[in-house]
Amino acid sequence: MLLIEDLQVELAGKTILKHIDLEIKPGETHVLFGPNGSGKTSLLMTIMGYPQYKVTGGKIEFKGVDITHSPIDERARLGIGMSYQRPPTIHGLKTRQMVQICADTRGKQDVDVEQLARKVYFADFLERDVNAGFSGGEIKRSELLQLMAQDPDFMLFDEPESGVDLENIALVGNTIAALLQKECMPSKNKSMLQMKRERTKMGLIITHTGYILDYVTVDKGQVLYDGVLSCSSNPREILRCISEMGYEECVRCTIENN
Amino acid sequence: MYDREQLREQAKKALGKAAAIGPDVNLDEFEKAPVDHKYLDDNELRSLPEDEQKRLIMAGLDLTEKERGGTYFQKDTAVIHCKSKQAGVEVIPIKKALQELDWIRDYYWKLVSVDTDKYTAAAELDLHDGYVIRSLPGAKTVYPIQACLYLDKEGLQQNVHNIIIAEEDSELHIITGCSTSPHLKKAAHVGISEFYVKKNAKLSFTMIHNWAEDMQVRPRSVAQVEEGGLFLNNYICMKPVKSLQMYPTTHLIGNDAVARFYSIIVGSPGSEYDVGGRIFLKKPGNRAEIVARTISNGGKIIARGDLIGEVAEIKAHLECKGLILNGGVIHAIPELRGYVDGVEMSHEAAVGKIAQEEITYLMSRGLTEDEATSTIVRGFLSVDIPGLPAQLKSEIDRAVAASDETVM
Repeated sequence: MLLIEDLQVELAGKTILKHIDLEIKPGETHVLFGPNGSGKTSLLMTIMGYPQYKVTGGKIEFKGVDITHSPIDERARLGIGMSYQRPPTIHGLKTRQMVQICADTRGKQDVDVEQLARKVYFADFLERDVNAGFSGGEIKRSELLQLMAQDPDFMLFDEPESGVDLENIALVGNTIAALLQKECMPSKNKSMLQMKRERTKMGLIITHTGYILDYVTVDKGQVLYDGVLSCSSNPREILRCISEMGYEECVRCTIENN
Repeated sequence: MYDREQLREQAKKALGKAAAIGPDVNLDEFEKAPVDHKYLDDNELRSLPEDEQKRLIMAGLDLTEKERGGTYFQKDTAVIHCKSKQAGVEVIPIKKALQELDWIRDYYWKLVSVDTDKYTAAAELDLHDGYVIRSLPGAKTVYPIQACLYLDKEGLQQNVHNIIIAEEDSELHIITGCSTSPHLKKAAHVGISEFYVKKNAKLSFTMIHNWAEDMQVRPRSVAQVEEGGLFLNNYICMKPVKSLQMYPTTHLIGNDAVARFYSIIVGSPGSEYDVGGRIFLKKPGNRAEIVARTISNGGKIIARGDLIGEVAEIKAHLECKGLILNGGVIHAIPELRGYVDGVEMSHEAAVGKIAQEEITYLMSRGLTEDEATSTIVRGFLSVDIPGLPAQLKSEIDRAVAASDETVM
């Protein structure tokens, strides 16, 4: 379980997240909506542990461990993973090596990198330097491949649909669903209910378009507006409100919530 | 036989001539008298003391010779092992060649001038030995030939002259390691190398330097590549040295001849490296590439590169990237000279630090900060070198992997 209580965060001396409360239970995936600059990526980066996001109040707990001030790598090894929107290029480090690193740090040395890569049609990219000259869609597939090897218990996705063409959106969506154990695949020996009960993976997905909702069954939607979580509700309902009334409507909720 | 006397006269005049660049070394501080060492048979070669073996392995020498086509091993001034295991490849000590082989006169001091500076002069006047490695026309070697120039005697100035010839249509790979015995502190190494890559031949030359903290090193090398020939020149230096200065030069004298220089240098505190590469493109279809990766760990590195385009339809690129990790200086001097319309030449140079963003990205995949840093450094130092045999690639990878100890 991820538990965030009254979290307050500063970036370069400016408060960017205020009084954030968020609870994600095992098996749950939430989507995070919000206008540009509202602090969505900042929230993900804070959960991941980026040191420039300074926690000035409140706490973050994961699997019962207080990780508020833990370094990034400790969080990663504890089972938090992130799919980035614009990850840096690392020259001289092959994608194959990077995927192997992801598996190694989680104690899964015997992972079959080749086989994983084929699932996201990325086998041809394994000998290329990580993110060097990758297109938007290739970056997404590379990030998902790394997460597949890492197999974290809680996954953060920063705009997984952005820059992905229509042909690849289903691949990205379905891969995320599989990572989050949200696949709709009937099994011989288990009922859907049983499978749902056995879900443990957690997710938090930033989306602008909501396309991802077509592939991943999401349990809750959250709206972040000006650093405040203003709404927590059915994701489809939120998406509809935003597309019809815009984020201005969120201002009212923000005021009410405080 | 032929006129060594004339060469000696010429050399004598240059004895006091400082090099065009680099700190001047007072050669009077060093001994030049020959040092006796026993010739080793195969078994004795494999049973060298363990600490010496370690140093040799670091310099790319494989004492089992399993994946090597031949060995030249010189300790101080004496040749202690020399053989070729491959038909079509000759490995001969140069002193023997000068006494017994007429053809050597067509190559000896033909690319490097004996009066270039006091180092070339010393190499003629007090020549200790060196190797002649030659692949015969059409011979394609499978395994690389290994050569090792080893310094054991404190205070010695080792003078070496090497000649490497890849005859027409042949393929030759050489790995040469220079190293010192574990106890040695101060010595000097002067090494002359002349490379002849003939028509449609391919020569790869990978040099790993593994010196000691108070070593003065002055290699002088020039190559010439004929029509359709390829010369690959790789240089790796990860260990401290007092001062090392070299500016290997290549002349592409035939159509479509190609030269590529790759160098990887890690500069330790108190060490000074002035290393570069110069390639003259003289015929249409010539291609040249110089790639340098340097890391300063407190040392001073001058990374030079000079490409000279003399005719149209040539292409040349120079890439010089440096990381300053723990102080020190990196001075990148990339030069391009185009003398006619129609040359295509470019360079990119950068001196910087490791991006924090890359470290945190790797940390979010579970690596500690130190592991992330060394992963990035290894990536920075790993250069793809097309056309290099797998054994040599793995030697380079191993040297780069070992850089962790030096860098971190």
